[in-house]
Amino acid sequence: MKIGANFPAKTPEGPIEDKWTSYKNKIDLVNPANKRLIDIIVVGTGLAGGSAAASLAELGYNVKAFCFQDSPRRAHSIAAQGGINASKNYMGDGDSDYRLFYDTVKGGDYRAREENVYRLAEVSGNIIDQCVAQGVPFARDYGGLLDNRSFGGVLVSRTFYAKGQTGQQLLLGAYSAMNRQIARGKIKMYNRHEMMDLVIVDGKARGIIAKNLITGELQRYSAHAVVIASGGYGNVFYLSTNAMGSNVSAAWKIHRKGAWFANPCFTQIHPTCIPVSGDHQSKLTLMSESLRNDGRIWVPAKEKDVKAIRSGTLKPTAIAEADRDYFLERRYPAFGNLVPRDVASRAAKERCDAGFGVNATGEAVYLDFAAAVIRYGKEKALVTHQDANNEALVLELGREIIATKYGNLFQMYEKIVDENPYETPMMIYPAVHYTMGGVWVDYDLMTTIPGCYAIGEANFSEHGANRLGASALMQGLADGYFVLPYTIGNYLAKDIRTGAIPVDTPEFAAAEKGVQEQLERFINNKGSKPVDYFHKKLGKIMWDKVGMSRNGKDLKEAVEEIQAIRDEFYKEVKVPGNLEGFNEELAKAGRVADFLELGELFAKDALNREESCGGHFREEHQTPEGEAKRDKAFQYVAAWEHNGAPKDANLHKEMLDYKYIEVKERSYK
Amino acid sequence: MDLKLKIWRQKNAAAKGKIVDYDISEVSSDMSFLEMLDVLNRELTEKGDEPVSFDHDCREGICGSCSLQINGRPHGPDGGTTTCQLHMRKFKNGDSIVIEPFRAKAFPIVKDLIIDRSAFDRVQHAGAFISVNTSGNTQDANSTPINKGNADHAFDAASCIGCGACVAACKNASAMLFVSAKVSQYALLPQGQVEREMRVTDMVSQMDEEGFGACTNTGACEAECPKGISITNIARMNREFIGSNLKS
Repeated sequence: MKIGANFPAKTPEGPIEDKWTSYKNKIDLVNPANKRLIDIIVVGTGLAGGSAAASLAELGYNVKAFCFQDSPRRAHSIAAQGGINASKNYMGDGDSDYRLFYDTVKGGDYRAREENVYRLAEVSGNIIDQCVAQGVPFARDYGGLLDNRSFGGVLVSRTFYAKGQTGQQLLLGAYSAMNRQIARGKIKMYNRHEMMDLVIVDGKARGIIAKNLITGELQRYSAHAVVIASGGYGNVFYLSTNAMGSNVSAAWKIHRKGAWFANPCFTQIHPTCIPVSGDHQSKLTLMSESLRNDGRIWVPAKEKDVKAIRSGTLKPTAIAEADRDYFLERRYPAFGNLVPRDVASRAAKERCDAGFGVNATGEAVYLDFAAAVIRYGKEKALVTHQDANNEALVLELGREIIATKYGNLFQMYEKIVDENPYETPMMIYPAVHYTMGGVWVDYDLMTTIPGCYAIGEANFSEHGANRLGASALMQGLADGYFVLPYTIGNYLAKDIRTGAIPVDTPEFAAAEKGVQEQLERFINNKGSKPVDYFHKKLGKIMWDKVGMSRNGKDLKEAVEEIQAIRDEFYKEVKVPGNLEGFNEELAKAGRVADFLELGELFAKDALNREESCGGHFREEHQTPEGEAKRDKAFQYVAAWEHNGAPKDANLHKEMLDYKYIEVKERSYK
Repeated sequence: MDLKLKIWRQKNAAAKGKIVDYDISEVSSDMSFLEMLDVLNRELTEKGDEPVSFDHDCREGICGSCSLQINGRPHGPDGGTTTCQLHMRKFKNGDSIVIEPFRAKAFPIVKDLIIDRSAFDRVQHAGAFISVNTSGNTQDANSTPINKGNADHAFDAASCIGCGACVAACKNASAMLFVSAKVSQYALLPQGQVEREMRVTDMVSQMDEEGFGACTNTGACEAECPKGISITNIARMNREFIGSNLKS
């Protein structure tokens, strides 16, 4: 079935450059007096949720914002490192809205909706203006103007940054905008509250059941619209770069209530993460992609050197240039170390699978800054009229420059690995980082449930099958500051006479009862294994069979194995404590229950997609050189409708039509 | 390695708490401190006991969720490090480790090692923002050049993660480092000038209302801050505050 009359994507007509402007001119407006009569719930306070809550409150709506952390400032957007893209063309290197649009569609391997991506590029510059006005301290040059750097998959410098803490600074900017509205009473903030279910009244999203995580109490909250901004589902892999609390539950609850879930198998495995050190590991740490601007990725070219390194008898710095394999530069001369993430990750896996991994587990490659240190050191020596042939001096000056660019990342690496990356190359390996898939939304960012919206990483987004670096922050803030606050008017304009939504209704009571029953089931289930046991088991299947490369046989097995773990989970899970008071294990049980369903749909989606594209690599579908082989027949968004169990989900296809970009083989050679 | 843990257990805000001893064995030196606590909690859960509650989220030293007073020091013995990035290689076999929550009147205990830091949020509501609407109609980002030195100092101040270690380290439980970092960020940027005087007055007044103590310049906050926020920010805030009061 195609996305048809019931749920059209609602993309506007006209030339692509004019679509958003002419659409905005026709969006229904709600007058300021009426906005005061309308409540909006926002779940999640990361870049998307925080910016949406602030903007909606500013417009005059009454916002109720929810986060499970103890403060909205702690949402995981805070951990984004490298930067945010915008087509400002401040560097004068030929950038434009069209190029950002083009790079994003190509980077996503032609699996994103053209209209949405163009809109994203169009508002990208506004985001930078907005953030600077809020006092976000972006990096600047000595002339006082904003600095840019380059990121993977593009040939211009359009990435704005604040050292390796761009996400932190942008989130604190959105948090400051929220604070202003909290102080005015326009946002009512609910910290340490988790959304447990969506409440639908007469076919429309009208509220949520939330759990106060401190008291354990279930509470009913009503609104005229519900915005889900709860982030991605990378933690379905157990180990990922997501925060410990990051979960799919809000998105999954609305899926179970009728919102279609799109492209779950499009998940980004980020090439530069710190390798796994042992079974105790609880999460993985990213090393920003910005490091690939100056770091060169390599493994030894000779197997005997690999053996010597693993046994500790040879240091990587002792390997001669000629005996190193800079495999990205070798395979992709045009983009080199700056190929997109999916390409870099697969190339690293290919080398490690071939036996060239450089740590004890054979799952690591080097990221080496030696060449950059010398290059920067020489330049600095020349500029400061010192001896550029003095090796010790050049090293010292070069390391100082590297420290100013990436100091916090190098420090983080040293803390975790206990090696000094200024002296020896970093070891890195791919890890799950971001999910391009998510809740299906139309051009208004509305899901298939009227009045229920999904923004930021939680929706299926503009990134297609692979997201380019520094585009997540851009999309989160675009959705929250500049898209949703306008488009939501289309829906709410019809709601001005509704009045406050009561919570003492059968719909709220039924939703609350369902939540209560599940919580009681966990507490009363006298099983023998803690929640993490099941989460780890699920994660291992996902990584081994639904990870960086997939095949039909493994995927079929994964579907069955996940079903079996789910059965075992409900029989054997052991949740300590009781329903009252703070109980983290109970919260985790609910989240893992949802991951156990999502995981199956994820594998089913990967099985359905008989092609390779972006982050989705099917071994059966590759070119003779081992590159991803797309298939025109799959040029669609796979939107799944819940129908009982994940195995019974119905597939709806939104066919993707490219009018402004020619669909070509994606080459970075 | 084998360790003796002495952990503060407290059922809820109203209950009386106490230190409880736990033995833990086969701790790997590559584990983070919180991964060590995960192991303890798994053992407790399997035994049918209640696990130890503590705040944590990103586990990469940036969200500011984790806290813990470890052997009397906020975030433990390793300088410039949050608890989630503290690794067990900083401890020795046979060590006793005392683990308590951050202690301050303004940070009431919620449960075990979890504290309520919402006082920090309320101080920010009082003025930690620039009153600009998110309309997208602001001026071009490059229309006001900002001196790189000021921009860099503003960034350094803005890199505060709001964990509360400064308060826990201070014998007066003062929040001056936290508040001054935010005041400084805006005071250093042209965008922050319009509301500069009102901001410092309002934030300081809210800080006092929350029950944080006064600053007596011991510098413990800077020494224990995992992000190295400098006490020059406190000096700057004092100047801002006096300047603002003289004008009003």
